[in-house]
Amino acid sequence: MKDIKQIKHLFARAGFGMRFEDLKKYKNTSINKAVKELFENSDNDDPIAVVTQTVDDMMLAKADADTKKKFFQMERDQEKNLNLGWITKMSTTDAILREKMTLFWSNHFSCRDGKAIYIQQLNNIQRANALGNFRTLLIQVSQSPAMLLFLNNQQNHKGHPNENFARELMELFTIGRGNYTEQDVKESARAFTGWGFDKDGIFKMRPFLHDTGVKTFMGKTGNFQGEDIIDILLSKKQTARFISTKLYKYLVNETPDNAHINAMTDVFFNANYEIKPLLEFVFTADWFYDDNNTGNLIKSPIDFIVGLNRQFYVTYQKPDVLLLFQRALGQELFYPPNVAGWPGGRNWIDSSSLMYRLKIASTVLDQGLIDFTGKTDPEDEAFLATVRNQQHVVNTRVQTDPDWDKFFSDIPKDMSKVEIAQFLLEPPLNGTVQNTVNEDNDLKIMVVELVSTPEYQLY
Amino acid sequence: MVPAFLKPLEAMAMSGLTGYKNLVIIQLSGGNDGLNTIVPYCNDIYFQKRSTIAIKETDVIPLDDMQAFNPNLSALKEIYDQGYMSIINSVGYPNPDRSHFRSMDIWQTASDSNQFLTNGWIGRYLDANCQNNKSQNPYTAIEVDDTLSLAMKGAKMKAIAVQDPYKLFQTTREPFFKDLVHSQNSEHLNEDNLGYLYKTMIETYSSADYIQNTSKTYKTTAEYPATQFANQLKTVSKFINSGLQTRVYYVSLSGFDTHVGQQGQQGRQLKIYGDAVAAFIKDLKQTNKLDDTLVMTFSEFGRRVEQNASNGTDHGTANNIMLYGGKLKKAGIYNPAPDLSTLDNGDLKYQIDFRDVYATILDKWLNVDNSLVLNKNFAGLQFI
Repeated sequence: MKDIKQIKHLFARAGFGMRFEDLKKYKNTSINKAVKELFENSDNDDPIAVVTQTVDDMMLAKADADTKKKFFQMERDQEKNLNLGWITKMSTTDAILREKMTLFWSNHFSCRDGKAIYIQQLNNIQRANALGNFRTLLIQVSQSPAMLLFLNNQQNHKGHPNENFARELMELFTIGRGNYTEQDVKESARAFTGWGFDKDGIFKMRPFLHDTGVKTFMGKTGNFQGEDIIDILLSKKQTARFISTKLYKYLVNETPDNAHINAMTDVFFNANYEIKPLLEFVFTADWFYDDNNTGNLIKSPIDFIVGLNRQFYVTYQKPDVLLLFQRALGQELFYPPNVAGWPGGRNWIDSSSLMYRLKIASTVLDQGLIDFTGKTDPEDEAFLATVRNQQHVVNTRVQTDPDWDKFFSDIPKDMSKVEIAQFLLEPPLNGTVQNTVNEDNDLKIMVVELVSTPEYQLY
Repeated sequence: MVPAFLKPLEAMAMSGLTGYKNLVIIQLSGGNDGLNTIVPYCNDIYFQKRSTIAIKETDVIPLDDMQAFNPNLSALKEIYDQGYMSIINSVGYPNPDRSHFRSMDIWQTASDSNQFLTNGWIGRYLDANCQNNKSQNPYTAIEVDDTLSLAMKGAKMKAIAVQDPYKLFQTTREPFFKDLVHSQNSEHLNEDNLGYLYKTMIETYSSADYIQNTSKTYKTTAEYPATQFANQLKTVSKFINSGLQTRVYYVSLSGFDTHVGQQGQQGRQLKIYGDAVAAFIKDLKQTNKLDDTLVMTFSEFGRRVEQNASNGTDHGTANNIMLYGGKLKKAGIYNPAPDLSTLDNGDLKYQIDFRDVYATILDKWLNVDNSLVLNKNFAGLQFI
């Protein structure tokens, strides 16, 4: 069982949790083989394509009030469909590692900007390069219309530099605070002047807006272009360390361990920022499976919802409820709080979000009621202001279909109740949970109770 | 036997309630148009820039010879005349951000515009309190809502969101939940994440009990309008009047992002706001709690001075803050009306940093050094 415990940990961190069907499959598999299969299953890069139409801003500016209302409605629907498209993909795909890393990169390169078609494109860039090369990922993200808009590089012109992108590139995307000067921000912003996109959403370097003068950046002088700045940043080992640290906190432990992070930094830097070798190194490292790196991370709301969907093969008759869950728990896909992304960890948990977590599991599995009015996202205000009734009081039966038959049939016949509980929860079983297991004669009740515990919030 | 950690503040004597000051924060989400709220009705520029959406001079409710209420705020006139309201003009911050979520983030975390903080200013007030070994309960700050705003989350302490105290109480009293709570002894909880989760759960359980059992002793008799927002203020009144040991309350009203057809939409929202606040202030006056209460209304930004082509307004910068209370030092209009002739790229220039407003409240109302919460010292203002 020792290997199974480790493979379960691997599935929890590199994916969205192990299921009983996986348990059968991986019973006699070594960790190395499981890691290999994880990558094989993620070979396929299947983009999201739910948003197909774009709205013409120029037309909109001239539109009358009714057309504008329709436009707001259409945009809202597109954003909703994009959200549901991704969460459904995470809940059903076999490429779990790719999706888990797409989730990581989407928070690393946090972006929220109006047009759903651009956000979808950015998400697909993050997915396509999730396990690929960090330089390619960084350049494609930086040149995507969503990011160019979000960080104002469209307005970064020769003679009138806008430093927003250059600053976040260093502070959040590559090298981190304290490793560059204000002068570096100013000089590098000049190198990115002229980066923009055309009406079809294609990246364009516009020479007439580009500052061709000499720039001095991090001790180097030359007629730098944007790509040169990125390469100088990547030539600093601190960038490999910055990304490794963030990844360590995401996959291993919120408290950085210097020795482990040093090792990761070496691997990443020496592999020219290839992401796959870095991940392989982490997943096959002994320390990854240490007890103090197990069952101690707080699941993000998305991890929690997707994990539940996958474990119980849940289908939603009214998928909109998935948006409600995200809002109630404090993580709505594509709506990060700011360019720094969700801070994660204990920031996920307050009285109300914890109560929702403890209740949502039984709501989903047992056709419960969810009573949630919720706050509107500030970005939805424009739409709200066009509709009279803006109280979205929700008190509806959550119409879900967990596949209990499949769930139960996959549980090995020789598994005891205690073993089932140990499989569903990552932390060791404490007194109360132990009592639950002993006292519940109905296996289904026991399972619903187990996923309604604080322990289930950890992985 | 009741475990030690489930005891709701029995030790605190009722005498502690005298002079117990409350702060009520009202957030208007979407960017309320301050110029059509407190109307510069004697300024020609206002009428020039807003040819179809300016509030007519004949419709406004004058406050002084410069500024007037939007007619939908008529319920507040009496409050204003009694000296329970103060209006601070041109509040904002340097390098303003016109994105809703970013600017809201800045107001809620009290950050600089190029700084990202992961906790809110009220949350940091709770943290500072915690350090002073004062109160350590989540209900020191209550948001009357389903979810908790960033403003209310500190690094160590977080407030609690309560839309309906009875419902929260019921939810926490389900048998399985109760078993989980009673199986834990807070003294034995670890510092790890599991310990943190159990601690949060136990505090929620204990707070739900305290809030429900304290607040149910008071029945609000005052009349409130039949809107959800008024209902939330009515809940706040119930909490205050029942003697809940809460310092800060937080309530939001949305629907202010009026790019299209502003007059009707903003008018409806302002009426909901004005009628509810007037009822709330009258209620507190009646129960002798107004002297112990300070209400602050803000929005993430104001709107552009010039209207757009859709009879609406787009995102702007500086805005007014409306304050209410029985102990205002300077009631009425606090500072000069916004200068419409000197604009920054079509937007109002801010005259007062919003953190000076926060600093005043922290120093003089919540009795905590503002630099502990705002990370640097602000001089503050003189409204209380």
